[in-house]
Formats: sequence, C-alpha cells, structure tokens
Amino acid sequence: MSGVRVLVGTRKGAFVLTADGKRKDWTVDGPHFPGWEMYHLKGSPADPNRIYASQSTGWHGQLIQRSDDGGKTWNPVGNEFAYDGVPGTHQWYDGTPHPWEFARVWHLEPSHTDPDVVLAGVEDAALFRSSDGGQTWQELSGLRGHGSGPHWQPGAGGMCLHTILVDPRDAERMYVAISAAGAFRTTDGGKTWQPINRGLKSEGIPDPEAEVGHCVHRIAMHPDRPGVLFMQKHWDVMRSDDGGDSWHEISGNLPTDFGFPIDVHAHEPETVYVVPITSDMHHFPPDGKLRVYRSRTGGNEWEPLTEGLPQQDCYVNVLRDAMAVDSLDDCGVYFGTTGGQVYASADAGNTWNAIVRDLPAVLSVEVQTLP
Amino acid sequence: MSTVRVVLPGHLRTLAKVTGEVTVDVAEPATLSTVLDAVETSFPMLRGTIRAHGGGQRRDFVRFFACNNDLTHEPSDAPLPDAVANGSEPLLVVGAMAGG
Repeated sequence: MSGVRVLVGTRKGAFVLTADGKRKDWTVDGPHFPGWEMYHLKGSPADPNRIYASQSTGWHGQLIQRSDDGGKTWNPVGNEFAYDGVPGTHQWYDGTPHPWEFARVWHLEPSHTDPDVVLAGVEDAALFRSSDGGQTWQELSGLRGHGSGPHWQPGAGGMCLHTILVDPRDAERMYVAISAAGAFRTTDGGKTWQPINRGLKSEGIPDPEAEVGHCVHRIAMHPDRPGVLFMQKHWDVMRSDDGGDSWHEISGNLPTDFGFPIDVHAHEPETVYVVPITSDMHHFPPDGKLRVYRSRTGGNEWEPLTEGLPQQDCYVNVLRDAMAVDSLDDCGVYFGTTGGQVYASADAGNTWNAIVRDLPAVLSVEVQTLP
Repeated sequence: MSTVRVVLPGHLRTLAKVTGEVTVDVAEPATLSTVLDAVETSFPMLRGTIRAHGGGQRRDFVRFFACNNDLTHEPSDAPLPDAVANGSEPLLVVGAMAGG
C-alpha cells in the first residue's frame, strides 16, 4: 500500500513522520541529530531511500548528512562549501560592502533523475552542486558572478538562497530565489543566469522596480507546467505565466499578502496554497487564527481553510520551507509551525489534523510519496 | 611520538561516534595544530567543525584548554604542555557556553 514519509527539520533536530496512504495513523521517529539546527531535509525523487539533510550549529558549522535507507541511519558526507575564486563583497544591511561568507545550507534539491546529484542553496547566497552523493561540492558561480552580486543585500534572516526549482522536463532550466536579491533563471544548467524580477514592486527600496533587491520569500511550480510560477514575496503574492519574464499580483482577497510559504496542489496546477501572516513586524497569523488560504483559480480568489486549525490565540509562524504536498489522490498538504506543530490534510486542505504538536520550532517540511 | 588524549565536546563525540576521550599519535613536539590534524585524520567527519576548512582558522565558539590553562590564543604551532604531550592530562576542545 502506498504511503508518505514527512521529513521535518527543526531548530533542535530532525524528525521523520510516516503513515500509510490514509494518512491518519502516524509514526514519529526522532529526534535525529538532537540539538542541531536542521534547516532542510529532502529525498531523492530517483531513489526515495536517498535523503539529504542540512545540519548546522553556530558552534561547529555546517554538516551534510545522507541516508541511504529512508532516514533510518545517516552518515555525514562533504561539508566544504568553498566559493569559486575570490568571493568579493555584497552589500550589508546599511549598504556598505560586506565580504561574502559561507554561513549555512538553507535548501537541498536532489536531482529528479540521479540520486547522486544534488544542489545546495546557501547563505551567503550561492548555489552549489554535488555529483557524488554530497561528498564534494562545487559552486555554480555564474549566479553570484553574473553582475548584480555586489548589490545584493541580506534579508532579516541572512542573505540566503532558499528556493531551487528544477524543470522536471529539462534539468538545464532552473529557478532560484534569494532574500533579498530576487529570483533568477538559468537555461544552461547554471552557467549563466538572468534576474527575473520584472513586475515585482518593493516599496522601501530606492527603486521599487529595481532589477534586484526584492525580498522573494518562496517560489512554487507545478511539475506539469514549469513555465507557470507562483511567488510569495515579502509583500504580495505573485504569478508568472512566462517562466519569470514578467510577474503580476494575485493577492486578491487575502487578509494580508505577507507570508512565507507557497505551494501548488499535486494534481491541480491552478490550486495554490499560502499562509497569510500579519506583517513583517509581527510574524504571526492575523487575529490569532491559523488559516491556510487556497485558491482554485490560480490566484486572486482565495478561501480560508480552517477546519482542524486553531482559530483563537494562535501566534505561530510558518516558515518558507515548511510546507509541502504529496502526490496521492486526494492530494495531501503539510505544514509546520514555529510552535512545533506539524499539520496534515489528507483532503487537499479541507480538513487538518496535527501529526505532532510539541516539536522544536519547525524550519522545514518535505514529503515523499512512497509506492 | 606522543600519544595525546583529547576530550571533544558532546556534539562532536556524537558526530564522531565515540563516547569518551579519543587518543591520537603525533610527532614530537606535539602542538595544537598537529593534534587537531591527527584528530581530523582519524575522524574525517570532524573536518570543518573545530577549525574552518581552507586555512584552519578556529571556529568562533570553540576554545582549547589544558592543565587549567586557556590555550585558545596560543600559537597553534607552540608545543603543548608536557602533561598533555605525555598523556597525563587531556587537551580539552570546548564548545563555548552560549544559550539557545
């Protein structure tokens, strides 16, 4: 019988949550790597037993862990992320030059076809690739070196490359997003990159329509329509129908257009999920009500999904990498909160249940649909 | 040859899959640099966790003590105290106490 494996990264360890296809009865395994910040875990689409995990602390830096048995056992692989050449400077918060310094890996994106190939998005923003199962890492330095790098600035969480989307039909075509530089696209496997931020507006920066400088929080894509992108920006929910060449706002009737995650239904490319958050000052849900909003029209028209979610006195946040969908029928939707809850919906968001309620603050949620 | 005892912080013991002290053999005179090189050779998963890759700079929240002395800011190529070099006292690799 089919099943799901939910990979949860938290401030103090990783957890693996498993269930059969009904997604009602869950087994919680963990903590793995207790006490370490687990920014992200993600399984290989080509080999579900292969999982990569980003492990770090301020004391001992970055490690990459790899499991070859579906998360039961782990072994550290390579952790040397050396920028290509002389790294140079980007802009600090106050606009002064600041040296490029590696801090941590925010996001791991395994190849669709080769379990040994994996991409890593890091802080300070850069993209690395491994083709030997994570043992060694090489920077795809065309991104950082394409010209605008010296003008990139960090967001409040650091200058992180947090989103990596690979076109499932053409691995040479990728999208990445950086806070607070914006979105970029390559069509040659990462050798050259193009900023794709036309249509984004970010009040508060000197040129609100600048080529770079936009605080993109997350981009999502349906695998069957890789030219259609959905974006949760610092403010505004956005959509592109031309692979990022242009963007238009689809915030519509959302109670607030600030938030972090965004995701797309596995079988309905026009069904999109966001979690509105009051503001960049508060970072908690409006009115103390945790609501996922779903649009079945590709944006603009949104409905709140509340059944099973706390509707009073709830002041958690949902971070950018902490939402995922499975590919069962009905589509399962999952998200984790900074309060340590992981919520699951086995009916595309209509109803929700907490798989666990008291984990450390959740940094990331990914799900694997198992045969 | 000196056999040096090293006490690692808890997280690194877990990472290295050891439970107590580790020992490494280094040429005389034993120095902080040669001991840490030997630790990283015996336990490659510790590379980058005590000292940064590419130059070996000590990580900010890691300090070194032995014989009730703070060796953190001693030259890395200075001989370690005799008691460490002869194995009667361990070299302590300490993760700074900081919260969160």
